[in-house]
Amino acid sequence: MFTAFLIKYAEIGVKGRNRYIFEDALVRQIRFALRRCEGEFEVHKTQGRIYVEALSEFDFDETVDNLKTVFGISGICPVVHVEDEGYEQLSRDVVDYVDKVYPDKNITFKVCARRARKNYPMDSMTLNCELGGDILDAFPNIRVDVHKPDFILNIEVREKIYIYSVIIPGPGGMPIGTAGKAMLLLSGGIDSPVAGYMIAKRGVKIDATYFHAPPYTSERAKQKVVDLAKLVTRYSGPITLHVINFTDIQLYIYEKCPHEELTIIMRRYMMKIAERIAEENECIGLITGESIGQVASQTMQSLAATNEVCTMPVYRPLIGFDKQEIVEISEKINTYETSILPFEDCCTIFVAKHPVTKPNLKVIKNHERNLEEKIDEMIETALSTQEVITVK
Amino acid sequence: MEVYLDNSATTKCFDSVAKIMTKVMLEDYGNPSSMHNKGMQAENYVRYAKEVIAKNLKVNEKEILFTSGGTESDNLALIGTAIANQRAGRHLITTKIEHPAILQTMQYLESMGFKVTYLPVDAMGRIRLEDLQNAITRDTILVSIMHTNNEIGSLQPIAEAGALIKRINPGIVFHVDAVQGYGKFRILPKKMGIDLLSVSGHKIHGPKGIGFLYINEKVKIKPISFGGGQQKGMRSGTENVPAIAGLATAVEEIYRDLDRDMDDMYQLKQMFIEGVSKIQDVKVNGLTDRNSAPHVISVSIRGIRSEVVLHALEDKGIYVSAGSACASNHPMVSPTLKAIGVEKDLLDSTIRFSLSVFTTREEINYTIKTLYDMIPMLRRFTRK
Repeated sequence: MFTAFLIKYAEIGVKGRNRYIFEDALVRQIRFALRRCEGEFEVHKTQGRIYVEALSEFDFDETVDNLKTVFGISGICPVVHVEDEGYEQLSRDVVDYVDKVYPDKNITFKVCARRARKNYPMDSMTLNCELGGDILDAFPNIRVDVHKPDFILNIEVREKIYIYSVIIPGPGGMPIGTAGKAMLLLSGGIDSPVAGYMIAKRGVKIDATYFHAPPYTSERAKQKVVDLAKLVTRYSGPITLHVINFTDIQLYIYEKCPHEELTIIMRRYMMKIAERIAEENECIGLITGESIGQVASQTMQSLAATNEVCTMPVYRPLIGFDKQEIVEISEKINTYETSILPFEDCCTIFVAKHPVTKPNLKVIKNHERNLEEKIDEMIETALSTQEVITVK
Repeated sequence: MEVYLDNSATTKCFDSVAKIMTKVMLEDYGNPSSMHNKGMQAENYVRYAKEVIAKNLKVNEKEILFTSGGTESDNLALIGTAIANQRAGRHLITTKIEHPAILQTMQYLESMGFKVTYLPVDAMGRIRLEDLQNAITRDTILVSIMHTNNEIGSLQPIAEAGALIKRINPGIVFHVDAVQGYGKFRILPKKMGIDLLSVSGHKIHGPKGIGFLYINEKVKIKPISFGGGQQKGMRSGTENVPAIAGLATAVEEIYRDLDRDMDDMYQLKQMFIEGVSKIQDVKVNGLTDRNSAPHVISVSIRGIRSEVVLHALEDKGIYVSAGSACASNHPMVSPTLKAIGVEKDLLDSTIRFSLSVFTTREEINYTIKTLYDMIPMLRRFTRK
């Protein structure tokens, strides 16, 4: 029965003169998401609203599911539109709408009419009263409540007349492409895909870097990361994934530095490399899935030690989240099941039984001097041999 | 160089198998149940396949039932027998080193109220006949023992077990999972006291998704799936004719020169074992002589995790399994390796090499040489 959707957006509405930039980006992202759906749609913005109109048959559930992945949408209202064939017909259509959408009539409502076409013969107040009365006449159990109704029946008079009352919550946030681009350090775990999702939600375009360490990590572990990136693209749009072969660097650190400091030194080099790739790809920030105290390399001291190697801002959207909270988001965005597949990632293969939890930066830097001979060259090799995968 | 040494996981099809299957799919694609000629053509492939297999096992054609493979054969054998014979008793016997298709099905039957005894094995992975004898009670209705172990290649005394079971109580049904043994040995159910025999097509260079269960016509067994009543109602569903035709061809080919092929395979196995035994701190598990399977070699390499060896070999074009292939996707300790008493440090450092009739001397030499180069390098880097 529904033939269109009215898209509500929250924060964009408060923007000033650059508001059109955000609206245009939202329209673009909606069009992009709808390409995944069966059917043809037209997306247009009029008078501070965005409408999605179906031009052909379409799958309602599929369309709503895809609209729910577009950042910037706060609500999706399925709309019935009818031709203006006089009040009598409108009244019949409205009663029919209420009958279909609310099978249980033990419910309260109010009518909220608006006229974009001011030459309509009845004014908004009159429409409210007349339609409200007709609905009350049609269904004896239904009641009006103008203060806290169970549903608000919106009637918008345009070329055609739009009827809607249901609001399906959207994901919120800002449309992708309205902020800059950032580089996500993507492992195969639960946290990093969620971190990418959260930053993308603020309108940020995402690239990703993955460190693999063959033969210690497998092709399947890499495939898992590609799969995770693919799940995130539903929200973020296409992701360019940079795969860095980290084996030689890792083994070099293993041989030259104290074992308890392996992970922290490794992570410092990962950040360094990620920053380099970020710079080469016009990213203006790094994203990690770190959360204070979750593991040895994520204590405040460890975070300070890894943070020290780069000058680019590092965004850590999960920093104050508990594991369970992160898991809940990963379940919501459908990355959880893939994340928990048991493949070894390069952070765990040589991990010490008791890694340092409060690294001393001076000591670490001192030990890193043991790497001076070859490490720069190794980083260059790692960068020049990176594999670039476009995930979409 | 590509060296495929994971033949216990699956094998490459014979050319002749792929050829006959293509012909069936493109030309003789009828449904064997259809009444017209096209149906009869298809039925003839099924009939011929039964003939080939029955002759190979020296059994009656009507005792061959086509299934989707080893797992389905095992499931039907155990569940179908348990349900059909539950009035006679509710006790089942198997071993601790069976394939998950048996162990998991046994667990399911336990949840249905059956009692299961799991026989231990010695350090060479063989059951003891006296353990079997002691386990049999008046309530026992089924004994299931694998012919050849998939992880270490140990062989069970099937004929002796069959004789023992039938001497104690001819009514006990004897099932043998021969997924790894068929195509390597001549198996004669009637002579060995076997009532049910599970076989899979893709382990003998046939297609995946096909196998059979030999069912002694005297055995009481009930179907576990229902539908159009094909295969006399024992296994409904349109027969997988292309795969059945492929399976028959694979059986013919693999048994054509069996003795010569197995002699060759045993020689390659010996060569491989002599080669790897020269590496320090490397142990070959189970028996290595003619009392073991010709194609399975289980090797523990101290100090290196099996997954790392696997991926390092892969990088050189050599494909192997870590422990048992069926367990390789989830880091689970292999019950078989545990049962034969492999020490804890080595459980996670065990690799399975498995050969086929396609394996060559050059491939074995290349693999040994690669291991010589690789192992000392990998041992430098281990988790401390």
